[in-house]
Amino acid sequence: MIRLTDIWRTYQLGDTALHALAGVDETIERGEHVAIMGPSGSGKSTLLNVIGLLDRPTKGRYELEGREVSSLSDAQLSRVRRERIGYVFQAYHLVARLDALANVELPLVFAGVPHKERRERAQQALANVGLHKRSRHRPDQLSGGERQRVAIARATVMRPGVLLADEPTGNLDRASGAVVLELLSQLNASGVTLIVVTHDIEVARRAGRALILDDGRVVRRMPSSELTDLAAALAGRGSGA
Amino acid sequence: MRTLDAFAMAFSALATQTRRTLLSLLGVSVGVAAVVLLTALGQGARTFVEAQFQGIGTSVLAIAPGKVETFGGLPGIGNSTSDLTLDDALALQRQLPGVRATAPLVVGVDEVQYGSLSRSAMVLGASHDMAEVRGLEMAYGSFLPTGDWERGENVVVLGARTARELFGAENALGRQIRIGDWRLRVLGVLESRGVHMGADLDESAFVPVALAMRMFDRRSLFRILLMLNSAEGLERAREVARSVLIERHGREDFTLITPDAVLGSLTRILTVLTLALSSIAAISLGVAGLGIMNVMLVSVSERRSEIGLLRALGAARAQIVALFLLEAALLSVAGGALGVALGWALSRAARELYPEFESSPPPWAIAAALGVALLVGLVFGVLPARNAARLDPALALSRR
Repeated sequence: MIRLTDIWRTYQLGDTALHALAGVDETIERGEHVAIMGPSGSGKSTLLNVIGLLDRPTKGRYELEGREVSSLSDAQLSRVRRERIGYVFQAYHLVARLDALANVELPLVFAGVPHKERRERAQQALANVGLHKRSRHRPDQLSGGERQRVAIARATVMRPGVLLADEPTGNLDRASGAVVLELLSQLNASGVTLIVVTHDIEVARRAGRALILDDGRVVRRMPSSELTDLAAALAGRGSGA
Repeated sequence: MRTLDAFAMAFSALATQTRRTLLSLLGVSVGVAAVVLLTALGQGARTFVEAQFQGIGTSVLAIAPGKVETFGGLPGIGNSTSDLTLDDALALQRQLPGVRATAPLVVGVDEVQYGSLSRSAMVLGASHDMAEVRGLEMAYGSFLPTGDWERGENVVVLGARTARELFGAENALGRQIRIGDWRLRVLGVLESRGVHMGADLDESAFVPVALAMRMFDRRSLFRILLMLNSAEGLERAREVARSVLIERHGREDFTLITPDAVLGSLTRILTVLTLALSSIAAISLGVAGLGIMNVMLVSVSERRSEIGLLRALGAARAQIVALFLLEAALLSVAGGALGVALGWALSRAARELYPEFESSPPPWAIAAALGVALLVGLVFGVLPARNAARLDPALALSRR
């Protein structure tokens, strides 16, 4: 379970303070599938980074799986990131010089898992995304969809409780995107909490519910099935502003 | 994180930036090679000097008239008040423990003539034992006679070149030559020795010591050389010699010279020289360290998103620091190893060119060069590694 209480994230730009997050209160239950939407600069990515412990809130309480995490040390935070959280990025962020298998192994390397066990678990994770035959390919020898599937294998190889995806289909064509979304849905179905930041209404509609952010605040919460109306509203706001 | 994995990661990061890696390797290896080569040359010079001393033996005690501390001048030159006599030499020979050979020495320069030929030569007044003390070999004939030093017969033993220039290929044995106003019979000719301790024995002529004292009107010996059975007895012999001579002279108006004292100060000079040269070479290691820092800083800024990713995947700051330090250390140690190989090869080449210089790098210098290289890598790797660890992962990942 993720419980955010009055979370603020403030950047100091010269004399002016910029509130990327301005008092977010939100509870996300274990196994939920939540879409975070909102216009550019509304704080979607910042919220995801705070949840993923990549960014510390300036103010507020953050409880992850029953544990207050805002006061943890860097080493403790790194451990929580490694063991409980998986990331999928729009830009894949695979290490170019390492092949698919080695990329998937990275979290296991930092966890100090012995070589043989690491190999097996990474191979299994690649098999789960249908890429066991591609394990020796380097990222530049893989298609965009394949790269994102490698990234998903890497994000899940530690069997985390929470999976965070920032525009996971943003760089993909429709077909590849569908494969990736299906994989994410399967993972969610197996009990992993899935939080997806997206602009894409089709992606968001797969979630159970959606949070709409604007100016660092959650302005609306709704079941994803009601998102159609809002799409128009967002589009209107985007062009009218 | 396991050590082997850390090494593998650092290595793969270096391997992808081939050209940059090689250039910084080169920087370190040139510095290390310079240190190794210069210490090797220093070592060679020292062995050379030591070998020169081996020639007179390390078990020879020399006594010169005059006291350095008392008169401030060089011993044996000018202001010595009390003479060093043949009786002194005799007393020392009798009273010192373990004396193997005793050679009183007088030195002068005069014209040596045979027929119409003449040349200037160093005339050394000595005794039969001088051959053993200085390790002289005869080409033919015999060296100065044994027996009473006071007799001073009119005989001479010629150095190789002196003999060649006066007699050519002719046998000099038994011939009469002149030194100054003295007529002398040639007893033998020495084997060629070359320059030895700054004196060219090839251009010398040995005559009995008493004769030399008369020829040059000397009342004092230039040196008394006492060769002992072993170098171990040197310290004790030195003390006995001091008390014997003080008893005879009434005060310490002489100087005792042991070869290890001379050798010691020469070795010290060479050591300081070697260290100074190596320190200069070590500066280039420092420059190489700056090169490593530069490479690492560029590498960190180029790999921002990778660092952000590693942090997102669960690498702690300390692990990032360790990874980048390891990269710097690998660079410097690999460069160091390359430098040692290069320096070793260069000192091999120096040995080929100057065989009399046994130039080989001492093991401590190799270890020190590698150690300094590693230290340089670590010190100059700290800043880039800290930069890497301090990157804001969220920010690093958001850039594409």
